[in-house]
Amino acid sequence: MITVTGLSKTYITPYARVQALKNVSLKVERGDIFGVIGFSGAGKSTLIRCFNRLEEPDEGTIVIAGKEVTDMNHHELRLARRKIGMIFQQFNLFDSRTVFQNVAFPLEVAGYSRNKIRQRVGEIVELVGLTEKTKAYPSQLSGGQKQRVGIARALANDPDVLLSDEATSALDPQTTYSILELLQDLNRKLNLTIVLITHELDVLKYVCSNMAVLEQGEIVERGTVEKLFLNPESDTARRFIGITESFHNHTVYREGEGI
Amino acid sequence: MNSDLLPLLLQGTGETLYMILLATIASLVIGLPLGVILVVTEKGHIMESSQLNKVLGTIINIVRSFPQIILIVVLLPLARLIVGTSLGSTAAIVPLAVGSAPFLARVIESSLKEVENGKVEAAQAVGARPFEVIGKVLIPEALPSLIRGITLAIIAITGFTAIAGAIGAGGLGSLAIRFGYMRYRDDVMYSTVIILVVMIQGVQLGGELLAKRIDKRRHKLG
Repeated sequence: MITVTGLSKTYITPYARVQALKNVSLKVERGDIFGVIGFSGAGKSTLIRCFNRLEEPDEGTIVIAGKEVTDMNHHELRLARRKIGMIFQQFNLFDSRTVFQNVAFPLEVAGYSRNKIRQRVGEIVELVGLTEKTKAYPSQLSGGQKQRVGIARALANDPDVLLSDEATSALDPQTTYSILELLQDLNRKLNLTIVLITHELDVLKYVCSNMAVLEQGEIVERGTVEKLFLNPESDTARRFIGITESFHNHTVYREGEGI
Repeated sequence: MNSDLLPLLLQGTGETLYMILLATIASLVIGLPLGVILVVTEKGHIMESSQLNKVLGTIINIVRSFPQIILIVVLLPLARLIVGTSLGSTAAIVPLAVGSAPFLARVIESSLKEVENGKVEAAQAVGARPFEVIGKVLIPEALPSLIRGITLAIIAITGFTAIAGAIGAGGLGSLAIRFGYMRYRDDVMYSTVIILVVMIQGVQLGGELLAKRIDKRRHKLG
């Protein structure tokens, strides 16, 4: 579904040259939930933002659903973006629009008729469980509800791929799981390919089947999520597992102490 | 009280309102596109063009550097070209609009810059064209702030009309100078100031109420 080959990107600031991505290649199969994990500054956000060219890569190619995204002009890119949904850490909903109007936005842009928009928004809002809230404004919603609107907006045009840029990082653990469950549910129902980036091992463990570990702009490990836990090869992966375990142990210990 | 006071004030208020209204509309027609262009041509924005941004920014700064009274004199030939006369309230609208538009452009620029970049990216990510990003996201998202900024500009234009009045544009400013100041007519002086105070209060209150109403609709507890 997605093939990335030799992707590189360097940021040049007046003070430094930062190579955010170094020759990254990866493959995501149709219907997969693929996770990219890395510490802060590893380049994961840059990577996922290259997929729909919110960020322009310097080198390399990205092919999504058989079309080379990196080779498209503005017009072709706009059409392709309709089939590549994206959700964000800060939700990025439009405060001037109700839930209904937020979800309708991609359909307005795609030029659908009013009737078609009303019908499609109804379907998609039901799918994410927000039918009761269509007339509310984003400021009246909880974080989890906001991300559900974000997901509904991303899926309005019935995309092949959903990109998730740290979509659960601003949510509490319980809400995180409910959003991850929703993503899993959508993945099964719609055969939706999902690429998510995260710095939380729990997210990867809960929802992904395949993964890549990113460190300083390079993929240092890849494979199934099971393999990552059973047989981690990179230092970064071992550090992730070590930190997560010690955090869990610490939490258990503290709870025991209370009894 | 002199018997000519009321007709003078009525005429002056009418001329002032006429100048404010038309100058506001004209400076919006010029200033809104300029403000939008200043924002979207910035580095990293949807229609990046640092050259256009710099040229436009410089022109705006130059026009804003002129003392208002000089600007009015300089632009009177332009007024004769556009509205056919360089005398009276109608002629004043041209320099008023040209003088206020750069200010309005800056006010609109700063309002539009308050819109989080993430919202612009979210719109781009679903395939919105630049004009759709401007019309459906940037302007609606910034609307309460835009209204407050336009209110500010109307008040600045009101002050500007008084200056124009000093050199023949008519209106309350002209009354205050010609009657209140030059002919020692205290009644005219006090009345014009009171009317201007009421006008400014009204504009400020109206703008604030409108902006609050939009804010409230978006943030009501549902």
